[in-house]
Amino acid sequence: MNTIIIDTERCKGCYLCIEACPKNCIEQNGRPNASGNYPVQFVLASECIACALCALVCPDVAITVFRHVKEAKTADTAMA
Amino acid sequence: MSKVIFERPRYLCDKVTHYCAGCTHGTAHRLVAEAIEHFGVGEKAVAVAPAGCSVMLYKYFDVDSVEAPHGRALAVGTGIKRARPDLFVFTYQGDGDLASIGLCETMHAANRGEGITVIYVNNAVYGMTGGQMAPTTLLGQRTTTTPAGRKHDNEGHPLKMAEMMATLEGVLYSERVALYDPKQIRRARKAIFHAFEVQTKHNGFGFVEVLSACPTNLHLSPVQSQKWVENEMCAAFPLGLYKDVTAKPPELPAATPEAEVNGVSQGTCHAV
Amino acid sequence: MGERGGKRVLEKGNVAMAEGAVQAGCRCYFGYPITPQNEVPEYLSKRLPEVGGVFLQAESEIASINMVLGAVSTGVRAMTSSSSPGISLMQEGISFLAGSQLPALIVNVQRCGPGLGGIKTTQGDYYQATRGGGHGDYRTLVLAPWSVQEMFDFPFLAFELAEKYRNPVLMLPDAVLGQMKDAVVMTPPGPIITYEKDYVLDGAKGRPARNIRSMYLEDDDQELLNYALRTKYEIMEANEQRHEETETDDAEVVIVAYGTAARLALSAMQQAREEGLRVGLFRPVTLWPFPAKALRALARRVKRFLVVEMNLGQMVDDVRAVLGPEVEVDFFGRPGGGMPTPREILAHLHGRGVDKGNEWADKVDAAVDHYVWWREGVLQPREVSPVGHKGVADE
Ligand SMILES: Cc1ncc(C[n+]2csc(CCOP(=O)(O)OP(=O)(O)O)c2C)c(N)n1
Ligand code: SF4
Ligand code: SF4
Repeated sequence: MNTIIIDTERCKGCYLCIEACPKNCIEQNGRPNASGNYPVQFVLASECIACALCALVCPDVAITVFRHVKEAKTADTAMA
Repeated sequence: MSKVIFERPRYLCDKVTHYCAGCTHGTAHRLVAEAIEHFGVGEKAVAVAPAGCSVMLYKYFDVDSVEAPHGRALAVGTGIKRARPDLFVFTYQGDGDLASIGLCETMHAANRGEGITVIYVNNAVYGMTGGQMAPTTLLGQRTTTTPAGRKHDNEGHPLKMAEMMATLEGVLYSERVALYDPKQIRRARKAIFHAFEVQTKHNGFGFVEVLSACPTNLHLSPVQSQKWVENEMCAAFPLGLYKDVTAKPPELPAATPEAEVNGVSQGTCHAV
Repeated sequence: MGERGGKRVLEKGNVAMAEGAVQAGCRCYFGYPITPQNEVPEYLSKRLPEVGGVFLQAESEIASINMVLGAVSTGVRAMTSSSSPGISLMQEGISFLAGSQLPALIVNVQRCGPGLGGIKTTQGDYYQATRGGGHGDYRTLVLAPWSVQEMFDFPFLAFELAEKYRNPVLMLPDAVLGQMKDAVVMTPPGPIITYEKDYVLDGAKGRPARNIRSMYLEDDDQELLNYALRTKYEIMEANEQRHEETETDDAEVVIVAYGTAARLALSAMQQAREEGLRVGLFRPVTLWPFPAKALRALARRVKRFLVVEMNLGQMVDDVRAVLGPEVEVDFFGRPGGGMPTPREILAHLHGRGVDKGNEWADKVDAAVDHYVWWREGVLQPREVSPVGHKGVADE
């Protein structure tokens, strides 16, 4: 599955990523981080198309994006 | 299995920046760091920091850097580049720094066609000092020193640097971009990359004006401030390419021969 | 001086200084034209390219000093020169050099002020040079040449000390020394000394990235930096005081003067000796650090000093501070392009004022009449209602 990892300690809660995500996979999580910012969280993981728009707009480089790729040849062992 | 398709670029230090939430200084930093990596100049780059919110860029870029007095980044950059033509020199300056107090240094370094890449972050206010009027503040825009909004008959008009740069013979490339949405960020990335190439390939002066949001001093939310850049700033500062003569670069003075470069730099600096 | 190899040639102070800098390894010059130092950029525009160096006429003195800052960040020897108004413009940059602990040579061929002043000679910039000059708690090392030979020699010393202490060094000649032609030997006065430079910005290859800055925002870092700088300045004060004494052994009166004023004082001293007055000359060579130790030692024997300057009295403050109230310290100076003549100095040595005749006195009176418009009785204060929008009183 495609996924993003949000570094919640780095996230400043600007929510530009929420605005950018075409699939509404990101939302506020309501709990402050150590710096007192309210970071975002990744939801609806199944919808993520790994477009990386969230990461592209994040001024704080808090998001790493992973795209699911089929494993060559031994595709049957690929993770769900 | 999964593959990383977006991660922190190599030359952006793994630190939380001091920039406000939603400040696109961070985005501009990332794009510059990507360019440093792409062009392989990380081991010969010197960044010149301005006075402004980006004064602490030495903490964020994993390359050599020097802090210039307010506005003088391009004079400092000139000194570095003249002493060591083999180094990759870029300045990163705000609008107050580059277009107000440092306008003279900016125009002359550009006019001499120094082999320097300029990242000019125009956010229409003085961020660091608390939101006073900048040379780029829009007509009617309220700031802490234009409480009733900027008026042209008192404060003049917003200064359009990308256009001004394009008029100078020494400038090979001048473009204005923005960071308010993914499409603009991609265009900005391309422009910054091109400005790097202007130096790596043509040893020329490349200028990118980046329209940037300062949510704090606009008193808007980060999302709203991006809209403000899109709707208000872009109306006053049209995005686009203002000059690119790299396809047919003008006759540049002969490059300093390798031997001389060494004589001036390594040789001199260690022998005396 | 002049005993080393090499033939004596006749050369202008400005040119000798520029050539000295090149031979001392200076490879970058940035400057903006201003009289009376234009021979420096004119000469270097031709000379530096010959040695693979960089000459660039900058758009202003502000740009010049910041180009120097950039160049020295890469480890090369770099300099700028100017004259008083231009040096005023450079002060922020000099403060940055000091705060960033970078070595550079700055030459101020002084001309008279204040303001645009004129191109006549002066020593009006002593305070500015010896108190840092720009903002913040810092010092520059200041060398005061008094001959064309020293104009040539001092760049060698200046670069050495600048690199030793990682601090800007100023040379402080005046218009006369810059313009004067005299015999000079233009070969290096000694070996060229440098020091390790582990701050150099030349690309972070095989080492962590470096940063040069003067801003320290975290915790008490800026205060701590200032203590560190103070220690450095104390070491400089202990090690780098330089001066020269002439015929002070038997002196009853000693003239304290530097640069061109010391040349005039030397003539006065010689005349005084012919008249039987035992006069000596104490010439500070470093203005900062001021040669306090030697002057204090001299004051154990000598009880009367005459400070001669080409200004209204600046170095005299340092002399009085060093010698204290017990010692008699007189002053004679002429500002604004005036040069103390040996005759005038001699009169002061004899404890007399100078009688320059009624004509001069009348001129001075007329000038006071003309310029001092606020004299009592001429201009009366008057009360006004609050200032209107045009900046004048609404009446
Ligand atoms: C000589 C001098 N004058 C004024 C300042 C104060 N100052 C620091 S940054 C700045 C303006 C910054 O605005 P800008 O260049 O637009 O950058 P931003 O902070 O918005 O990124 C000013 C006026 C200074 N550091 N030095
Ligand atoms: S864009 Fe970045 S900093 Fe802003 S909310 Fe999203 S993850 Fe956090
Ligand atoms: S004040 Fe403005 S420019 Fe400065 S960090 Fe904050 S948002 Fe960015």
